[in-house]
Amino acid sequence: MSHLLDRLNFLQSKELEQFADGHGQVTRENRDWEDTYRNRWRHDKIVRSTHGVNCTGSCSWKIYVKSGIVTWETQQTDYPRTRPDLPNHEPRGCARGASYSWYLYSANRVKNPLVRGALMKVWRRMRKTMTPIEAWTAMQNDPVLRASYVETRGKGGFVRATWDEATEITASANAYTAKTYGPDRVFGFSPIPAMSMVSYAAGSRYLSLLGGTCMSFYDWYCDLPPASPQTWGEQTDVPESADWYNAGFLLLWGSNVPQTRTPDAHFYTEARYRGTKSAVICPDYSEASKFGDIWLAPQQGTDAALSMAMGHVILREFHLDRQAEYFEDYCRKYTDMPMLVKLEEKDGKLVPGRFLRADDFDGKLGEDNNPEWKTIAYDAASGSYLAPNGSVGYRWGEDGDWNLEERSRDKATDLKMSLILEEDHDAIAAVDFPYFGGVATENFVRCDHPDVLTRNIPVKTVKLADGEARVATVFDLFCANYGLDRGLGGDWAAKSFDEDLPYTPKWAEKITGVPADKITAVAREFASNAEKTGGKSMVILGAGLNHWYHMDMNYRGIINMLVMCGCIGQSGGGWSHYVGQEKLRPQTGWQPLAFALDWARPPRHMNSTSAWYAHTDQWRYETLNVDEILSPTAPAGDWDASMIDYNIRAERMGWLPSAPQLKTNPLEVGRLAKKSKKEVAQYVADQLTSGKLEMSCEDPDAPENWPRNLFVWRSNLLGSSGKGHEYFLKHLLGTDNGVMGKDLGEEGRSKPKEAAWHDEAPRGKLDLLVTIDFRMSTTAVYSDVVLPTASWYEKNDLNTSDMHPFIHPLQAAVDPAYESKSDWEIFKAIAKKFSEVAPEILGQETDVVALPILHDTPAEIAQDHVRDWKKGECDLIPGKTAPNYIAVERDYPALYERFTALGPLMDSVGNGGKGISWETKHEVQELRDLNGTKLDGPAKGCAKIETDIDATEVILMLAPETNGEVAVKAWDQLTKATGREHAHLARGQEHVKIRFRDIAAQPRKIISSPTWSGIESEEVCYNAGYTNVHELIPWRTLTGRQQLYQDHLWMRAFGEGFVSYRPPVDLKTITKGVQDDGDSLVLNFITPHQKWGIHSTYSDNLLMLTLNRGGPVVWLSEVDARKAGIEDNDWIEAYNINGALTARAVVSQRMREGTVFMYHAQEKIVNTPGSEKTGLRGGIHNSVTRTVLKPTHMIGGYAQQSYGFNYYGTVGSNRDEFVVVRKMKKVDWLDREATEKEAAE
Amino acid sequence: MHEFLFGTYPYIALSVLLVGSVARYERDPFTWKTSSSQLLRRKQLVLGSILFHVGVLIIFLGHLVGLLTPIWVFDMLGITHGAKQLLAVLAGGVAGVMALVGGGMLLHRRWTDPRIRATSSFWDIAILALLLVQLVLGMFTIVVSLGHLDGYEMVKFMAWAQGIFTFDGAAASYIEDVALVFKLHLFLGLTIFLIFPFTRLVHMLSVPFRYVTLRPGYQIVRSRRQAPRRGNEPAE
Repeated sequence: MSHLLDRLNFLQSKELEQFADGHGQVTRENRDWEDTYRNRWRHDKIVRSTHGVNCTGSCSWKIYVKSGIVTWETQQTDYPRTRPDLPNHEPRGCARGASYSWYLYSANRVKNPLVRGALMKVWRRMRKTMTPIEAWTAMQNDPVLRASYVETRGKGGFVRATWDEATEITASANAYTAKTYGPDRVFGFSPIPAMSMVSYAAGSRYLSLLGGTCMSFYDWYCDLPPASPQTWGEQTDVPESADWYNAGFLLLWGSNVPQTRTPDAHFYTEARYRGTKSAVICPDYSEASKFGDIWLAPQQGTDAALSMAMGHVILREFHLDRQAEYFEDYCRKYTDMPMLVKLEEKDGKLVPGRFLRADDFDGKLGEDNNPEWKTIAYDAASGSYLAPNGSVGYRWGEDGDWNLEERSRDKATDLKMSLILEEDHDAIAAVDFPYFGGVATENFVRCDHPDVLTRNIPVKTVKLADGEARVATVFDLFCANYGLDRGLGGDWAAKSFDEDLPYTPKWAEKITGVPADKITAVAREFASNAEKTGGKSMVILGAGLNHWYHMDMNYRGIINMLVMCGCIGQSGGGWSHYVGQEKLRPQTGWQPLAFALDWARPPRHMNSTSAWYAHTDQWRYETLNVDEILSPTAPAGDWDASMIDYNIRAERMGWLPSAPQLKTNPLEVGRLAKKSKKEVAQYVADQLTSGKLEMSCEDPDAPENWPRNLFVWRSNLLGSSGKGHEYFLKHLLGTDNGVMGKDLGEEGRSKPKEAAWHDEAPRGKLDLLVTIDFRMSTTAVYSDVVLPTASWYEKNDLNTSDMHPFIHPLQAAVDPAYESKSDWEIFKAIAKKFSEVAPEILGQETDVVALPILHDTPAEIAQDHVRDWKKGECDLIPGKTAPNYIAVERDYPALYERFTALGPLMDSVGNGGKGISWETKHEVQELRDLNGTKLDGPAKGCAKIETDIDATEVILMLAPETNGEVAVKAWDQLTKATGREHAHLARGQEHVKIRFRDIAAQPRKIISSPTWSGIESEEVCYNAGYTNVHELIPWRTLTGRQQLYQDHLWMRAFGEGFVSYRPPVDLKTITKGVQDDGDSLVLNFITPHQKWGIHSTYSDNLLMLTLNRGGPVVWLSEVDARKAGIEDNDWIEAYNINGALTARAVVSQRMREGTVFMYHAQEKIVNTPGSEKTGLRGGIHNSVTRTVLKPTHMIGGYAQQSYGFNYYGTVGSNRDEFVVVRKMKKVDWLDREATEKEAAE
Repeated sequence: MHEFLFGTYPYIALSVLLVGSVARYERDPFTWKTSSSQLLRRKQLVLGSILFHVGVLIIFLGHLVGLLTPIWVFDMLGITHGAKQLLAVLAGGVAGVMALVGGGMLLHRRWTDPRIRATSSFWDIAILALLLVQLVLGMFTIVVSLGHLDGYEMVKFMAWAQGIFTFDGAAASYIEDVALVFKLHLFLGLTIFLIFPFTRLVHMLSVPFRYVTLRPGYQIVRSRRQAPRRGNEPAE
């Protein structure tokens, strides 16, 4: 009753009784205080949500709400159970996720719409007399006014705006840009849809209805391993983490599972308890290292040398000296090893050329359909050459034989993998292979072997249409490439592992520093386990390998090991590439919503790496010359060009997309095409050929070709992924920057041949940068408009991952705090405003959209030879030798109505993905019934998509993964192509339809669908390639098999037909001009994923900052630190010509000498002092990096090497970079009082 | 004025002390604490705190006994007024120096350590400062007291203090003619009583005597049995 009165109990006996011989005592003290603690943990409700962050964790969480405030979160523990012999998925979650609720009410939350002060002032003044469009036009036409806000980016000065003002500025800028330059000058960047699908779709739907450009992310993040599409025709498909438990041998290679896959790490522990053997390979003593039975520490960047040496051992012991039956059988059925390769002459010597194809033969072996795309093998059963089923030629234009049955149409086959036997070959030929070990920089071990190694190969002579040719199997070439002696003589074939010849363990020891006997032992155990278990050897690999310029080699070396041992497609085995992937499981249901495919097709997609390389003018500073990476065995050709020239060629030939696409406004092109009465594609083709139309890529610095508006949402482009950060600031944003290098013009070096050169580089290309975020990130700080979005506990959305097979929701536990709105509502508001302001200048328009040649479409078999129309090597045929040009009708005044309704194309055209399509009439009708229909207006009769939950229902209804009826339809469609019955994989779940409220109750396992190569079942875990191996569905490659040989002209030219070891490239960023006297510590700059954040998220979170050092840090080895007089926790500066950064030093025994780690994306806005070198505030990890393109990633129109959004394309590698590290003399926080004038503003 | 300050003000101060303390105990039981800053910095605390607390406790008990014990008790015991005063001056002087040194260390620490400074409230610093001023005033009274060692002055204060507690309307008049420094000392003392409930001084009221008496049991179990039974609940 009263605290005081209750204590006035002096007259009562204190002791009630005793027990335990007087050691225990019962008292009657007041216990009301306990209620305080009871109330502390008491709450009004618990709501299921998750963290829409790019970690692939996808952990379901309980969000606690008390008095309308989110108080804390704990891990959900109600995932559906697994099978009896498999551990459950829980616990899932980590310290980062547990700290999220801090953000909701923190000072760093964006609470109101913010607009750059200088811009707002002018806008408000002009709006007194002008319409929104007039106001924006006037501002853009006045260079002084434009500069007044452009040049202040990143320097503070935001003012509060109303939603009305902020959306009006944004919509007016978009409309003005579409009218003046073209809608494709409106860019939008948002990554990883799987982390919050509807939020992604909100922006991309708006952009797609507008005709704007959606930018890719997976390739830009350098998380896309191009080796995966090259080998499998698959972006990246991987086993779920539960499948680690089924492995017999787990190889962790450059992946720090406990730190970066925290919620899944328990499966690793459990696998170890089960008895799984594990080896960990990484240069530093990482958290993962202690899990291993053995830790191998190769020098950073030399992983390919290690994997090739392991491959050498496996081939020797399991394929050559002894043929392991399982391996042989697997390789014959599921790889291109039996396929024949033509040997071509170069300077009188032989080099591996193209795959032999049906059309090489007289009479084309009777193949009428796509004979140039059907690869050939030698069949021992019939003693003849034939085209085995499954190659890409069978995929398009015919039905029923695109499968991996051991047949060629109706004929059973027995393919020969090797021609080594006397009776099988006609001759032994000397074939040249390139060798790159000699081009290493001084920081890596340089070998003295020649750059071309000649090896002897058994060949057959075959009579072809144009004369005789020598051919060899991929397997024989493959073994020769690994430097294995097969009794055929020659100099560069090793008989024993102890010879110092390329690719022996002895050789690898020299390069990697890993003892040869350890390499041999790990390789032997890896293969021997796979042989005994039928492929249950697994490699978990990560960004550590993929972020190198030659990541393809690192990856293919490992992929080869897995393929040689038959591990791909077997539960417990395979390739577990977990790098920022976040599998968008209901992808095909999501695409129509996200890219407005229900209203118009195709959308505009762009590969970001090439776009940013061009538009941030990083190409103007290129230091890597093509001759440094070209193969000595390259076929004759015009190879002497710069990286941007290669990219321009690729865009021109329809290999890569373009943004912007044409120098002329595509709305204008549409008008003129209509006037010409020609078909749009033909009109554009004629104009391009005659030179009246130009592609934008040829002159990225011309003002017509600048990106004008940029939306950044669900992303921190400038604070996290923006490689070449300082170049972004200098050229794209036009503000203060730390670039210290000079461009090619100033340096007097040779300039690109095809890209137009402007002596004066543009600064400040963007008219408007709009960032949508819940926190004031580095990107937000540099923006013109910042819109406050709902946090992950304040909106409804969907979330999936590649780490587990469940779909589960984000939910609004509370209403969006302050003035924030969900992404869906924000883009709806912008769309509404756009429909209000745009009619002044835009009506119903014809937009001409350029479409590159896409993978998984019939067009992917476009160019079996490389021909450039501009050089007169062929005609410009849209969609065949160049991008296709497609007319798309836009209805700008109706944009809002279209945004909020499911358009008619779903009824009339249907849906599909990965090369198959199905009709969706029934699903569309169900959506009408579920969401209601529009009663009038331009979208009359369409299903409504008003709310974020409506949007989730669209995804769930249309996706085979969440609608069993659709899954069965999809499998049936695939059956047409393969001639095999697949629907049994989904038949049992035909009546399962997952709704939003279902997953709100509990995460639901998805349904097997042909979109993915694994299955959901009670017998096996999800594992990539499972349906290829077990359902005999071909891989979507040229040969239809796992393709270890890449025969495209550019692949051969750049020496990557077969895998090889390629040392890191020399980026020459530490020049005499930039390096100060006395600064002698030069280190390899490595940016792994961090422990106290997920990319930049959480790196500004007080709780996480408290667990670490509270600001940016780099890790140094003790030896390196001593050299530069650096002690732990000293402030250091790292710099090169790209820029400079400041951080504290963590000096640790963990680190390998010669490297510096900077966990990537530590926000520049937290505790970052000024740099002595640049005089500007610190810089972030990307201040010292610059994007460098690789020509082989631009290949297109060639089966699996065709473009797909986030599937293939240039990638933003950054690990070959070096920096000077020095102790800072003076730590200057650049803090000062505002001057009176500044304060007044 | 004199009548108000020493006849009425004592009742105001003591009432606020009593009512304020009860109110705070009832309303904000979780603020009833010492607010120790030991976690932030141990240095300077241990010595300063012990000196200060021992000194202040001696002085406090000295005042309590000295002022409130009826004068006839001393007479009965045969302690002359002069001897009592001498005792008070000596014991008070030694304890006062201890408390002053300790308090000085504590104030210096609280003022100069940036983390402790940042976590201190206004009253945390003010009360320490007031106590130090009071100690200094107290030390000055010793100087004055040494001028007349007969103990007559001291008896006036005893009469006054006992007068206050016995509701003697003339209490204030007993000290009308004492030296100014005594009056200041008394006034500040009363003021400290006044602000007592609003500061960390309340921890004085929760002396953990139990620490001293030592509970016999290792395992202490609280009983629910004292809670009044609800109507339909069976008796245990």
